[in-house]
Amino acid sequence: MSTQTLALDPLLTCRGLVKSFGHVIGLNGADLDLYPGEVLAVVGDNGAGKSTMIKCVAGALIPDTGEITLNGERKDFKRTQDARLQGIETVFQTLAVSPALDIASNLYLGRELRKPGVIGKVFRMLDKKRMRTEASQHLQDLGIGTVQSITQTVETLSGGQRQAVAVARAAVFGSKLIILDEPTAALGVRESARVLQLIKDLRDRGLPVILISHNMPQVFEVADRIHVQRLGRRAAVVTPQTHTMNDVVAIMTGAMTVDEKDQALGPVRSAN
Amino acid sequence: MSNPNSGTIDLAEEFLGRRTPMQRIQVTLHRYPYLSPLVVLIVALIIFTLINPRFVLPGNLSFITQQTVVIGTLAIAQTLIILTAGIDLSIGAIMVFGQMVMANLAITAASNATNFGLPPWLAITIGICASILAGAINGFLIVKLSLPPFIVTLGTLSVFTALTLILFKARTIQGPEMPDLLKVMGVAIKIGSFQLMVGVIVMLVLFAIFTYVLRMTSWGTHIYAVGDDPQAAELSGISTKRVLFSVYVVAGFITGIGAWIYIGRTGAASPNADPSINLDTITAVVIGGTSLFGGRGTLIGTLLGAFIVVVVENGLALAGLDQAYRVLAIGILVIAAVALDQWIRKVRA
Repeated sequence: MSTQTLALDPLLTCRGLVKSFGHVIGLNGADLDLYPGEVLAVVGDNGAGKSTMIKCVAGALIPDTGEITLNGERKDFKRTQDARLQGIETVFQTLAVSPALDIASNLYLGRELRKPGVIGKVFRMLDKKRMRTEASQHLQDLGIGTVQSITQTVETLSGGQRQAVAVARAAVFGSKLIILDEPTAALGVRESARVLQLIKDLRDRGLPVILISHNMPQVFEVADRIHVQRLGRRAAVVTPQTHTMNDVVAIMTGAMTVDEKDQALGPVRSAN
Repeated sequence: MSNPNSGTIDLAEEFLGRRTPMQRIQVTLHRYPYLSPLVVLIVALIIFTLINPRFVLPGNLSFITQQTVVIGTLAIAQTLIILTAGIDLSIGAIMVFGQMVMANLAITAASNATNFGLPPWLAITIGICASILAGAINGFLIVKLSLPPFIVTLGTLSVFTALTLILFKARTIQGPEMPDLLKVMGVAIKIGSFQLMVGVIVMLVLFAIFTYVLRMTSWGTHIYAVGDDPQAAELSGISTKRVLFSVYVVAGFITGIGAWIYIGRTGAASPNADPSINLDTITAVVIGGTSLFGGRGTLIGTLLGAFIVVVVENGLALAGLDQAYRVLAIGILVIAAVALDQWIRKVRA
């Protein structure tokens, strides 16, 4: 059965990404398409190149060859800052939070707010008060404000709370696209449910999300399309409606291949 | 029912958010790392006063501040570097280089071979610039060649020392040969019988400025972030290389000011000045509660640490103890400070 596709241009495309680390080939001609307003799950076995691919999109790695476009424009990100300036926010698997800094400083790391006027311009004074109030407001809004104090250092937080800080940072500042690499790996059941709800909320706000996960039930709960990565390239793109979890695992391991006409290579969700 | 073992009690307490007294101390020290040097300094002051009341006489206290001024100033630079998880072994060599540049450019004595006779303000500026350049060389080698700071500065320690001797012929420039502006840092302001050196004021102003910079600016936050977890900082959009390089450049600037203070403090510019100052600055920083692993520490702690180094030396000397015991005491303090830091780092809420 073929999926009905809608006429929409992809927001983000990757074409023929190759990235090798010495003799190890991380990406071997990987493609990716992300359409506006969708949740795209990226699944694959360990070493399939999921994280490597999204790191290229996030600017944390520079692909050897291949092309990344955003809104049809070619982008060559050299640093994560380049991607962030384009509105791409990423929660990395390692979280990329600074343990010795407090929650507010982490949320605004690399884009601190300065006081208005001469104090901010000449003396470069940070507006700590505003960062703290806004940070705690953001955490509340996202429903993950379970921390005692916004001035707590991140190293005093539990693994789940740290992950919440990282997710909050992406959710607050992502304006075009949010990438989440295993965002529920360290979370309990309730916290995971909140993150899944957050992903749905982001999508409802019109923000597309790329979700990397090993957790099939979660993937099937939130994903519009499922991109299956195998041996450094795209094996297939399916939807939760057309394929089962077992099918997806079979594609991941190479036990099953999907004919191109049966894949969901185009958008399945109309952007609202 | 058997008694629950202590493990479950601890777990229950952790779950309820209660802490044992030891944990409370650990958490407090974690939050305010300068508390331990503050306690050590106060205890040291009390003990030394009890042993020898002459210790607290204004004359001796003035002497202590004068002894602290160079270590303290250079320790600011050392703190910035250690906060990035680096270390600067060449800081003393850079200071000596800087002061020799200043002094040699400024002297007008006809007897001297390197007789430039530049205006003193220009000589000082060039001397500070030379220190900045030396810091930039350290930064360049560490950032561009990705060499460990320990090795780079171990090398430049020798390089700058040799350069000083080659360029300036190992000749000590005496006070009277130099214009007054070079020695202005040594001028003492009398407050009763307490003598406040201009250099001490400059050191305290530098402490204030850089405390502000570390606490209240993006650059300061980024220094902590880079020292704490460089990968995380980079992924958060901070250019770790730029931060690292700038830290070594700024450290060079502070060291240049330190060179100017050194001339005032000793009233001369000697190429063989104070070989132990490198280690003294690291000692001050470590005793001050800054972690050698980066990302944690304060300048207030460093200031206290610098005073502790000098107070212990001075106090033990007044107590009639031999030099060897003073060295021993400082050594024990350093090890205790690092052990304390390791314990504090294990804190979890």
